[in-house]
Amino acid sequence: MTDATASVHGSLFQADARTRRRRAAETRFRAYGLGAVILSVLALVFLLSSVLGNGTGAFRQSVIRLEITLDPAIVAPKGTDPEALAKVTTIGYGRLLDQEVIAELTAKGIDTAGMSAKDISAMLSKEAAADLRRMVLADPSLIGQTITFDAFANGRIDGYFKGRVTMESAALDSNVSPAQLLLAERMRDAGLLRLAFNPGFLTAPDASELRPEVAGLGVAILGSAYMMMIVLVLALPLGVAASIYLEEFAPKNKLTDLIEVNISNLAAVPSIVFGILGLAIFINFAGLPQSAPIVGGLVLTLMTLPTIIISTRAALKAVPPSIRDAALGVGASKMQAIFHHVLPLAMPGILTGTIIGLAQALGETAPLLLIGMVAFVRDFPAAPPEGFFDPASALPVQVYNWTTRADPAFMERASGAIIVLLVFLVAMNAVAIVLRRRFERRW
Amino acid sequence: MSFVKLSASALAIAAVSATAAMARDNIQSAGSSTVLPYATIVAEAFGENFDFPTPVVESGGSGAGRKKLCEGVGENTIDIANSSSRISQSDIDLCKSNGVTEIMEVRFGYDGIVFASDIKGPTFAFTPADWYAALAAKVVKDGKLIDNPNKTWSDVRADLPNQPILAFIPGTKHGTREVFDEKVVHAGCKATGAEEAFIAAAGGDKAAGKKGCMTLRTDGVSVDIDGDYTETLARIDANKTAIGVFGLSFYQNNMDKLVVATMSGVTPSVDSVANGSYPVSRPLYFYVKKAHLGVIPGLKEYIEFFVSDDMAGPNGPLAAYGLVSDPELAKTQEAVAAETPMGPLN
Repeated sequence: MTDATASVHGSLFQADARTRRRRAAETRFRAYGLGAVILSVLALVFLLSSVLGNGTGAFRQSVIRLEITLDPAIVAPKGTDPEALAKVTTIGYGRLLDQEVIAELTAKGIDTAGMSAKDISAMLSKEAAADLRRMVLADPSLIGQTITFDAFANGRIDGYFKGRVTMESAALDSNVSPAQLLLAERMRDAGLLRLAFNPGFLTAPDASELRPEVAGLGVAILGSAYMMMIVLVLALPLGVAASIYLEEFAPKNKLTDLIEVNISNLAAVPSIVFGILGLAIFINFAGLPQSAPIVGGLVLTLMTLPTIIISTRAALKAVPPSIRDAALGVGASKMQAIFHHVLPLAMPGILTGTIIGLAQALGETAPLLLIGMVAFVRDFPAAPPEGFFDPASALPVQVYNWTTRADPAFMERASGAIIVLLVFLVAMNAVAIVLRRRFERRW
Repeated sequence: MSFVKLSASALAIAAVSATAAMARDNIQSAGSSTVLPYATIVAEAFGENFDFPTPVVESGGSGAGRKKLCEGVGENTIDIANSSSRISQSDIDLCKSNGVTEIMEVRFGYDGIVFASDIKGPTFAFTPADWYAALAAKVVKDGKLIDNPNKTWSDVRADLPNQPILAFIPGTKHGTREVFDEKVVHAGCKATGAEEAFIAAAGGDKAAGKKGCMTLRTDGVSVDIDGDYTETLARIDANKTAIGVFGLSFYQNNMDKLVVATMSGVTPSVDSVANGSYPVSRPLYFYVKKAHLGVIPGLKEYIEFFVSDDMAGPNGPLAAYGLVSDPELAKTQEAVAAETPMGPLN
């Protein structure tokens, strides 16, 4: 190093300056790469822990078990024929709950001093009255009997047992009082109130702002499933047919090139553009109904198609020409060569591309904004095919919807919905990976 | 190629489905995100208590909802537009040109607009003049219009807390912004006498004077929020010294995080908005396409249910959520029962 000749004819065991620099550069590059990986893993961990931390609460809900006597004077003031029963609204059932809940607590020996019947029944979800009404309408023989009834606790009470609401915050909050929280604690100690698994989060429809505790993903999951069905049924055959034609039959000319370039362009078009297109073509021109999975499915088909075409063409290209040549050589027609030999070998690649395209479509919100799927929908769509035309919601839309609501309890549900969406996405991507590993052949 | 095939197949599907799409049996509404929570509460209760399907409620903004209403008559257009501001003449003209000649205007209550900051910070007692002096682009000093020099609230008025001015106000697409501009900034401008200076500067042009009043400064002190109130809340959480503009119902759902400011000495509440002593409030409306009454099942029942005392009355669930009940609700109920279409705007 001190001597110029030594660095030219130096020992092999002693690195010269240039070698050291090269090694240092390599070490640095590795460190950058490792740093990038660590950074992305940290971001993922942060995202997952925040979603899981906020969202797991949505799968458990505070339930209050009550013995309720269905007082005929309130429930059936004008007799028990179905028409008269239907005249009693949930407001009437609310009065029944006012009266019954305080009686029940007194009977169980729980101290309710200083609280009005309204304060106490306000601790129940507003859905409780609707549930009772449904039960009575379904089975009028219950009238006059005492039944055991599970009601959800109000979102604030539920928040107290999940740590979202504290005594201090309740003192400032007009929707809940510390007295109610103390009573809720006494009810829990007496075994009336417990946190239980809530299957309704996956099966129940959305609920209004007054009832965050009963809001569920049922309609959204069904709507997303319907849309995925439509996308699969339309995009897979269309995409495969288009790619086979382009790859195997189309003459190589300017027009084909233009189409190819445009397909690649379509894959990069922002999804909101497909929403605008869907609104113009499917709703305004073709007259399809708003908020319906059929329109959502068609729009997402447009969006998924380029992805499927590109991956299908890559899969077809990867099949070596010798397979085609051999098939043609023994006298197969071009179509036979493709359908008997090339397509089966390309199938794993095609399916992988399709599933990835579907997963992308499943998480898409922006185009749905424009076709009216970002909506409050409470009724379940019918079974397909009629159900495709009924209003429905979608999973990512439900996440968006819940994050804009005023009640903080909806934040928890939005995170819960993200967990459900992630589970679906991970499952779909896992299937794609398994398909690739199991069946893909390399030449 | 794929695109041609695709549009062909889409049209084929549309043709097949046209028959299925004909008979819509659910009510569809769209519009203001301020009205959305009220509309969902009513829709939910309606679905529970009547033999009709639960109405579908979309948000998207007052203006977008009214435009959708005016797209035409028929089952693939919406029945009701929710709106936090009154319909404009241009909307009515658009409606007319698309064959929507009769619209029912239903005012179902009032909404207060409140100013709130982080619960741990100081409390504020504002007047509209303070907001004008804090946020306007130009203020009057020694009889001349100068660029707004105020940096802290104590610069605006000595007895306000010494805290830098930072305000999160609704973006211009919100109906709330219109009310903020009119009832706070413009009112404050008028009260301080600055409006005359603006009119004089514009050569006696009143409209230009008003516009000058409502032009806000752009040096980052007033921040437009285009999202929902949840975004404003998140921004205040990150910026503890900021003051945000919220709907009364949103504030009532987040009282453990926010402390509300008084306006001209009045604390906003359902009562103070109802009796008119709290100045910053606005009516909430929905607009019904009259041609759809009797065609879409349950539409008449739904709007009657919406304005009934059980829902929109002072003890109903809407009031519990933060709606200020309309003192003239009985008149609205009559108009709805009689299916009176709205007259020309005055």
